[in-house]
Amino acid sequence: MTDDIILETRGLTKEFKGFIAVDRVDLKIRRGTIHALIGPNGAGKTTTFNLLTKFLPATSGTILFNGHDITRENAADVARRGIIRSFQISAVFPNLTVLENVRIALQRSLGTSFHFWKSESSLDTLNDRALALLERVDLRRFAQTHAGELAYGRKRTLEIATTLAMEPELMLLDEPTSGMGHEDVDLVKNLIKDVAKGRTVLMVEHNMGVVSGICDTITVLQRGAVLTEGPYAAVSTNPQVIEAYMGTAEAAHG
Amino acid sequence: MAAPDQYQPHASRDDAAEARYHRRAFLVMMVLFIGAPFVVYPVFVMKALCFALFACAFNLLLGFGGLLSFGHAMFLGMAGYAAAHAAKVWGLPPELAILAGSAASTVLGVVVGLLAIRRQGIYFAMITLALAQMVFFFCLQAPFTGGEDGIQSVPRGRFLGFLDLSNTMVLYYVVLAIFTAGFLLIYRIIHSPFGQVLKAIRENEPRAISLGYRTERYKLAAFVLSAGLAGLAGATKALVFQLASLTDVHWSMSGEVVLMTLLGGMGTIFGPVVGAFAIITMENYLAELGSWFTITQGAIFVVCVLAFRRGIIGELEAWLRKRRGG
Ligand SMILES: Nc1ncnc2c1ncn2[C@@H]1O[C@H](COP(=O)(O)OP(=O)(O)OP(=O)(O)O)[C@@H](O)[C@H]1O
Ligand SMILES: [Mg+2]
Repeated sequence: MTDDIILETRGLTKEFKGFIAVDRVDLKIRRGTIHALIGPNGAGKTTTFNLLTKFLPATSGTILFNGHDITRENAADVARRGIIRSFQISAVFPNLTVLENVRIALQRSLGTSFHFWKSESSLDTLNDRALALLERVDLRRFAQTHAGELAYGRKRTLEIATTLAMEPELMLLDEPTSGMGHEDVDLVKNLIKDVAKGRTVLMVEHNMGVVSGICDTITVLQRGAVLTEGPYAAVSTNPQVIEAYMGTAEAAHG
Repeated sequence: MAAPDQYQPHASRDDAAEARYHRRAFLVMMVLFIGAPFVVYPVFVMKALCFALFACAFNLLLGFGGLLSFGHAMFLGMAGYAAAHAAKVWGLPPELAILAGSAASTVLGVVVGLLAIRRQGIYFAMITLALAQMVFFFCLQAPFTGGEDGIQSVPRGRFLGFLDLSNTMVLYYVVLAIFTAGFLLIYRIIHSPFGQVLKAIRENEPRAISLGYRTERYKLAAFVLSAGLAGLAGATKALVFQLASLTDVHWSMSGEVVLMTLLGGMGTIFGPVVGAFAIITMENYLAELGSWFTITQGAIFVVCVLAFRRGIIGELEAWLRKRRGG
């Protein structure tokens, strides 16, 4: 059934001055699933994210979201359609408080974002919703802290809360657990599983524990091209994948 | 670490303390300005007030929008010409002449903004500088600006029909009222829903885009507001000195406002005011040094950038915060 597919790419390609970073990638992300995009460093995962969210223009190929061709749209409009991404390096607003970080995401719904004559306190009506989101990621007690002062792991969870505030139909998470300690990884893994209910998640992830634990489908990229795709059991025993990727992941684990 | 239930969403301790500090500092500033003409030469204070408003407008763009314009003199100067022309040739009353000046800068802000806003960092600064140079040559050549002479003996008239601006004291308090209105408007813009988005864009533009904000429109709006407020300063200045001249559209004026803002503390509320007064005072007392003045100014700039990154007010606030926290 085609309307089960929330996001589809056809022949998606990105060339940087003769270097092909993403090479004729065909992706089909099924609605309601957690889909992992894995591959060695430099495989083109982040570039693919940049293409999907229109932070970079594709050299060729098409991107369909809910059947609409979004290949020519701009980044902000794609976000408005419901595709919200996070970034590989933590992306908070460091000099805003944790509460304000989440509120920025909620604020657009008020339709007052251009109102320069209104008081900031008009945004307080959003505080309850923002606090509920912070509660969900266990950051409520840091509501008044400047986001820049949070520990790294907490910055990443704040990002998830901000992303969630957008009520995205499709969440793109770029290495949400990178740089985290063991407990935090488990926390974020469970959090993603929890927030994935009722939406679709596409995530780049190096931690195989997370991938095997929560992802329904895995696409392996290598040098920009899709190497294979399938459930974890099939992908992890594929000899090509073991050669291209698992070896290095195992090494990183040990 | 505070327990979750101690959290008060509407008046967290930090916000309340900051608002209190701003209110107190504002009161002190107003008392000083209201009393100033009895102690200091009023024309000097009026000049400083005009530059203070100019610097505050510039700071709105640089300190809160993260955009470094190197051509802001065009808004100061153009508004001066427009206001002077409106008052002298069209015979408009001063309040309308000032509005005309400010409107001219706002329109110019839209045009320049549309051309410059897509550029980032140094390219943005270069484009604004280049466009400001074009405006300078336009003002040098255009018939209505009076070329090298400028527009002289601009009539001040009666403000709102009853305040006779030929009286220096009356003029002073009208100028102070205009400055205060501009200052409070900027404060409100910074602390508005729009200001929140602007700060978010300054902090992390890609993230703001990924949350669905069309960031260029916000930056353009900030640029236009800044241009219009810089124009308010320029138009007022033209009436105070009864003169609109090339000095105000010259590139060195664009540099001076950068200096004022950095010296006082970019991204602070009161920094640009302090910076403007510091620079204008220096100009006044060090004027006899001639070219040495420029060198002194340059030296201060270097020291500021090297040692006091946050500027006078920025350093002061950081010191106060540390004392309170530690
Ligand atoms: N703007 C750019 N200009 C030129 N080359 C680029 C650009 N962005 C990425 N690349 C190149 O494209 C390739 C893919 O990069 P990408 O960041 O997508 O990899 P990745 O799979 O996300 O890797 P990692 O696991 O390290 O994050 C790399 O070789 C990178 O150097
Ligand atoms: Mg990457």
